[in-house]
Amino acid sequence: MSVNNVQAVLIVGAMILGTVITRFLPFLVFPAGKSTPPFIEYLGKTLPYATMGLLVVYCLKGIRLTAAPYGLPELLAVAAVAVLHRRKGNSLLSIGAGTVFYMFLVQAVF
Amino acid sequence: MEGRSRELAYAFPRTIPIMVGYLFLGAAYGILMNVNGYGIGLTVFISIFVYAGSLQYLGVTMLASAVHPLTALFMSLMLNARHLFYGISMLGKYGQVKRKKAYLIFGLTDETFSAVCNEQIPSGLDKDKVYFWITFLDQCYWVSGSFLGAVAGSLIAFDTTGLDFALTALFVVIFTEQWKQREGHMPAVLGVGASVLCLWSFGSSAFIIPAMAVIFAVLGMDYRTRRQTE
Repeated sequence: MSVNNVQAVLIVGAMILGTVITRFLPFLVFPAGKSTPPFIEYLGKTLPYATMGLLVVYCLKGIRLTAAPYGLPELLAVAAVAVLHRRKGNSLLSIGAGTVFYMFLVQAVF
Repeated sequence: MEGRSRELAYAFPRTIPIMVGYLFLGAAYGILMNVNGYGIGLTVFISIFVYAGSLQYLGVTMLASAVHPLTALFMSLMLNARHLFYGISMLGKYGQVKRKKAYLIFGLTDETFSAVCNEQIPSGLDKDKVYFWITFLDQCYWVSGSFLGAVAGSLIAFDTTGLDFALTALFVVIFTEQWKQREGHMPAVLGVGASVLCLWSFGSSAFIIPAMAVIFAVLGMDYRTRRQTE
């Protein structure tokens, strides 16, 4: 097994562990009938929003604003997905059309 | 046997919208894994044992950039933090389940949660079995979709440059969806702002953990001020 394979196994293992922790924790920590601490409830309401903001930035971390094409394909495609989703509200359509649009931009335009 | 098919017959129609979504998104995941050079076996393994859609998409990027396993763990915890609240919402319903409870908890994805959380099961049916069938069928769709995508990926002849934008598009869609909730604006802006700030300060390979720290710190402060004003 090469170093890369070990790394891949560790990353996948971390993904399994992270998912199992988040799915099982409530049932272990809060047995039925016991009330949830208010700070946990607060995090429950706010963290999903903050995380999604973080992830959008994470996906776009590779773009260079100081050199051609100045992140234009990414910014145009993100705007297209957001506008399309606001108008139609169909997740599969927004993701599919946005991805095809981005592929067109990076392959044929920029 | 008759009892089993009655619960299955009740559960199946409720999973049809999820079937469409999971086959499509699962296939896109399989294709993405394939064009990034990962085999069908690993793809199916991840779909069975990780079984968390947006995390799996993110995993393609994490594998490709060989992130530190601890970073992968923190990303998984952050991205999956919403599951905590699905779990909390299901404490009442799943608390009394006798058989296969661990599997029901393991399989509580966004879509499965949306299908079971408001479910009013008729009294003549075995609730545990209905929950099991909804959860199990959903995972079958997801695993089948990613398997089919992984197989199809090796047959694809066109230029796939830019296909990984599907992940970005998925997160932008969820972000746009969440933006409809007014109370989510502050944390959403915080998430973007803290990340951009840390990306700029720490560089693209080291910004995640500082950004998470800033997010937690600001949310903690906001919580304290809210409690004081109440």
